[in-house]
Amino acid sequence: MFENIALAFQGIWSHKLRSFLTMLGIIIGIGSIIAIVSTIKGTNEQIKENLIGSGNNTVSISIYRGDSPMSFDYEGVPDGLTQITEETMSKIQALKEVAAATKYVERTYSGNVFRGDTAYNGAVRGIEPDYFSVAGYEVYLGRTLEDSDLAGYTKVAILDATAAATLFPNENPVGKTLEVAGEPFTVAGLVRKSSRFEPVIKTFKDYNTYMSRSAGEIFIPSAVWPVVYMYDEPEKVLLRATDTDSMTDAGKKAADILSGTVTAQDITYRSEDLLEQAKKLQDLSSSTNKQLIWIASISLLVGGIGVMNIMLVSVTERTREIGLKKAIGAKKARILRQFLTEAAVLTSIGGLIGVGAGIIMARVVSGMSGAPMAIDVTASAIAVAFSMVIGIVFGFIPAVKASNLNPIEALRRD
Amino acid sequence: MIIEMTDVNKDYIQGKMTVPALKHVNLQVEEGDYLAIMGPSGSGKTTLMNIIGLLDVQTSGTYLLDGNRVDTLNDSALAVLRNRLIGFVFQQFNLLPKLSAQDNVALPLLYANVPKKERRERAAAALEKVGLADRMNFRPNQLSGGQCQRVAIARAMVGGPKLLLADEPTGALDSKSGEQVMELFSQLNAEGTTIVLITHDQKVSTYARVTRHIFDGELR
Ligand SMILES: Nc1ncnc2c1ncn2[C@@H]1O[C@H](COP(=O)(O)OP(=O)(O)O)[C@@H](O)[C@H]1O
Ligand SMILES: [Mg+2]
Repeated sequence: MFENIALAFQGIWSHKLRSFLTMLGIIIGIGSIIAIVSTIKGTNEQIKENLIGSGNNTVSISIYRGDSPMSFDYEGVPDGLTQITEETMSKIQALKEVAAATKYVERTYSGNVFRGDTAYNGAVRGIEPDYFSVAGYEVYLGRTLEDSDLAGYTKVAILDATAAATLFPNENPVGKTLEVAGEPFTVAGLVRKSSRFEPVIKTFKDYNTYMSRSAGEIFIPSAVWPVVYMYDEPEKVLLRATDTDSMTDAGKKAADILSGTVTAQDITYRSEDLLEQAKKLQDLSSSTNKQLIWIASISLLVGGIGVMNIMLVSVTERTREIGLKKAIGAKKARILRQFLTEAAVLTSIGGLIGVGAGIIMARVVSGMSGAPMAIDVTASAIAVAFSMVIGIVFGFIPAVKASNLNPIEALRRD
Repeated sequence: MIIEMTDVNKDYIQGKMTVPALKHVNLQVEEGDYLAIMGPSGSGKTTLMNIIGLLDVQTSGTYLLDGNRVDTLNDSALAVLRNRLIGFVFQQFNLLPKLSAQDNVALPLLYANVPKKERRERAAAALEKVGLADRMNFRPNQLSGGQCQRVAIARAMVGGPKLLLADEPTGALDSKSGEQVMELFSQLNAEGTTIVLITHDQKVSTYARVTRHIFDGELR
């Protein structure tokens, strides 16, 4: 077998130009497929990274009535839905998919935050100090929230850059005062998402997808929440999964635990699964590109027919060699194997070159258009294996023809 | 008895015509014999050799090779017998142009599934025997016609066959190379190899111990 492969290499090498031209169809076909796959993979990874934030893996769990999220400010708190107990939190933190979890209360659109006449319409959250580490935030100005703020019911606020820019344009907000429901709060610090996560925005669609969630964020100690909003308001949960692939499980299990504490009809906790959202977006981008793969496959078919054609020519040219080999004792099966090996080696080399060409193509396109690319090792391996199969399939007829040659006829010819 | 042919006929069908190439051929060859078959062009020499060499099958009659009936064997069994029992030498040498002399000679051993190292050693020994020890790595196009034919003889002998079949082995050679080839045959026959030589050259047939003549498909 190895001898056959070595001989096949020799044969291909001694007809360099012809072999290359024969491989061209395979090279182009495999090359385009790999280029497309690399682009799909690159886009997908970027979507995943943008939505989830690499290494952050946070899942938020909110309260739903039926299929719509609840807002307590005008619905009120229904019977059978209570605040989350420490016991429930421990259960969630004990899940193996969960690295850390924290509970918080939230107004998504605050109508009661002002600084003088300037209104702020972003989110307000009543949090515990560990919120920032779970959510992957870092304080870049001033200080963070501390246990003493909760214990002492301190009216302090931590702002993100958007909130700060809205309420304190062109000044340092730390130490200044804003009003929540008429109560004065001192700005203690400014936070931002840890620098590890920075969505890559290239198109307007990207902008809408990733940036619409950041209309500003203000954080206050959960202890003072009742002062400005409502007593005993049920909390949401933010958790960080141990890794990206556990996000879905972590969210579902935690939501189940939380829902188990609810006795009210029709009210459940649900995880907002970014991984699933990412997958939906990925599917969308993949499906368009998958059509292209079908087109590229036609080139592979043409390439395969080219291989068959050249192999048939090669059988005719080598009639004498085949006849001699049979005369001195080569069995049909061996001749068949020889030609199949040759075709398979030829197309496998074509496949390898195609993978290389495809990666280069993807790099070039990515360099010019800014579309991301990522090398897909599995797809590359499959592509080479598939090229080999093409060789065997399209080499079959020529190989059968060779193995059935009558040695007398073959040797008579001059 | 290595070859035993009784009433062998071979017809070629050409369109609607039947061309009889061999008619009622009877032939016995003992082990160790050296037989020359002479005849003019088109008399059926190659046809006879193809049947003896298991490359073709007679239309009727019986043929025993080394005591075995061969007309019922399948393709792969015939390949094995050709590989084990018979060495072929052709007028046109039929060496593979891409392979070195040594690799050409080793080829039959490949089909006998001899391991690579042994193949190379035995091929080297066979080439030494035909006086081409110093041309081991030459390709056919780097060798003269006489040298090519000696490589072909080494290839025919490397597997140690009982029977050497040669179809006009000197036909493409100058007289001096032809003589060298014929001397090689005599030496091989002296060492015990049965030889059936086909030729239309009277001088060549004198090397054989027995000469038979074929005319128009009839062996006398
Ligand atoms: N494949 C074939 N088809 C038809 N006729 C053939 C075939 N091979 C040989 N013949 C005929 O059989 C006869 C003997 O041919 P051959 O054995 O080649 O003669 P030789 O080798 O003595 O020159 C010739 O008449 C030739 O035309
Ligand atoms: Mg002839």
